[in-house]
Amino acid sequence: MDARLSFLSDAAPAPIITAEPPVVRLRGFTRAFGDNVIIKGLDLDVAPGEFVALLGRSGSGKTTLLRTLAGLDSAPGQDVRVPTSRAVVFQDARLLPWKKVWRNVALGLKGADIRERAEAALREVGLGHRLDAWPLTLSGGEAQRVALARALVREPKLLLLDEPFAALDALTRIKMHGLVLDLWRAHRPAVLMVTHDVDEAVALADRILVLDAGRIAAQERIEIARGERGDLTRPLREKLLGILGGNSASDGVIPFPQSVHA
Amino acid sequence: MASPTQIASRISASRWFSPLLFLGLWELGSRTGLIPERTLAAPSAVATTLFGMVVSGELPVNLAVSFGRAALGLVIGVTVGIVLALIAGLSQRGEAAVDPIMQIKRTIPTLALTPLFIVWFGIGETPKVALIAFASMFPVYLNLYSGIRGVDLRLLEGARSFGLSQAELIWHVILPGSLPSLLVGLRYSLSISILVLVVAEQINASAGLGYLINNARDFLRTDIIVVCLMVYAVLGLGADWLVRLIERRALVWRPSLVEQ
Repeated sequence: MDARLSFLSDAAPAPIITAEPPVVRLRGFTRAFGDNVIIKGLDLDVAPGEFVALLGRSGSGKTTLLRTLAGLDSAPGQDVRVPTSRAVVFQDARLLPWKKVWRNVALGLKGADIRERAEAALREVGLGHRLDAWPLTLSGGEAQRVALARALVREPKLLLLDEPFAALDALTRIKMHGLVLDLWRAHRPAVLMVTHDVDEAVALADRILVLDAGRIAAQERIEIARGERGDLTRPLREKLLGILGGNSASDGVIPFPQSVHA
Repeated sequence: MASPTQIASRISASRWFSPLLFLGLWELGSRTGLIPERTLAAPSAVATTLFGMVVSGELPVNLAVSFGRAALGLVIGVTVGIVLALIAGLSQRGEAAVDPIMQIKRTIPTLALTPLFIVWFGIGETPKVALIAFASMFPVYLNLYSGIRGVDLRLLEGARSFGLSQAELIWHVILPGSLPSLLVGLRYSLSISILVLVVAEQINASAGLGYLINNARDFLRTDIIVVCLMVYAVLGLGADWLVRLIERRALVWRPSLVEQ
């Protein structure tokens, strides 16, 4: 086995100790709709500039957690600390179709130079030539890049990505991974990316959290530089899939008896 | 070289062919006395009358009066409809207050209110404008209200995640998002306003297209009646054109219009 994999530990590692206070801090966070408990007693810290991937099956509470961090669901009476400067990129770009691309990026900004700021952000994601395009004329990848520009123009301390590349084709997705990393390196927000793609999580994140039934079932910190993770990907993927799925899918296959023709 | 039979078949395939044939038969019927003039004037007679009425100023003056009625009623009706739809669409309390009354109002055919309006407002301009306003209010209300309620919640949430205030959400998301519905309502309101105009002008008018028609009826002038019918049709077409123009400007972001 590769020596570099020795750090792979089981669930519940020691909390990360950093010099700066975390930008996100949740203690005993619980979220329930009626009797249906989605998230139970969750502790989470995200350090400034840290890239965290949140893996989990559908219904594991990923989106609920992200909505709370985004301020879309209120959490009264809970120990939840998130920065006020935060931005979300959703799976669907959610651009307002009646506003030109640069106006979408500038949405909610105040000041005289919003056009310049929007332009700069769009140039950064490689869309400097589509400032005045209508959103419905963009391709899926372009729309998602506009959504990234719209999030980054606010210089957020916390960038929340809700399965941002799930709807894109494989090639575009790989390009977007590179773009997200470049943007993250340039602006250094803390990133929390919800995804169900293990490879994506391994390729991008400093730390991977696996959420299952509203709890953090496992957590992996990856110290290896992003370009050199090729050897790591397979064993880590298998391990994470094991945590995620329990049994291998083929265990559930029961061959039906072949009919015998007389 | 196209043979005469090819030309004939091409003519008969044209969309203009049947209306022109119809006009020709009508003219022929009038000339031969098959259609008496007191039943229906010949197309040529209608054209002559139209020209005469335009030159004398009789038609433009009365058209302006009718147009003014429709426009005033429409402005009042559409404004009230928009205000009520905003109240009902943007707040739960507003919906509880406004929507039931509007739904009750919807079940009453506006034209059935004509006698009541005459009792209330007399036989002058007021009942005519009031009828048009009353009738054109509902399509705008209904469409804008459902448009506001139908605004994509994901877009609203996305905008909310960037910290927009309630007023900013209404201005940047809800109102533009419901604009297509408003324009559908406006189109209905325009055609209804012309429909109601026709009926309302039958109330003891002393000017306007309805007055012309009533007068013509008394003197058996079928040519004038046909001219006025044509003008009503042109008004309807004009209203439709107006909404199309507004749509092309306001909904330029929609892909079907973008590609043009």
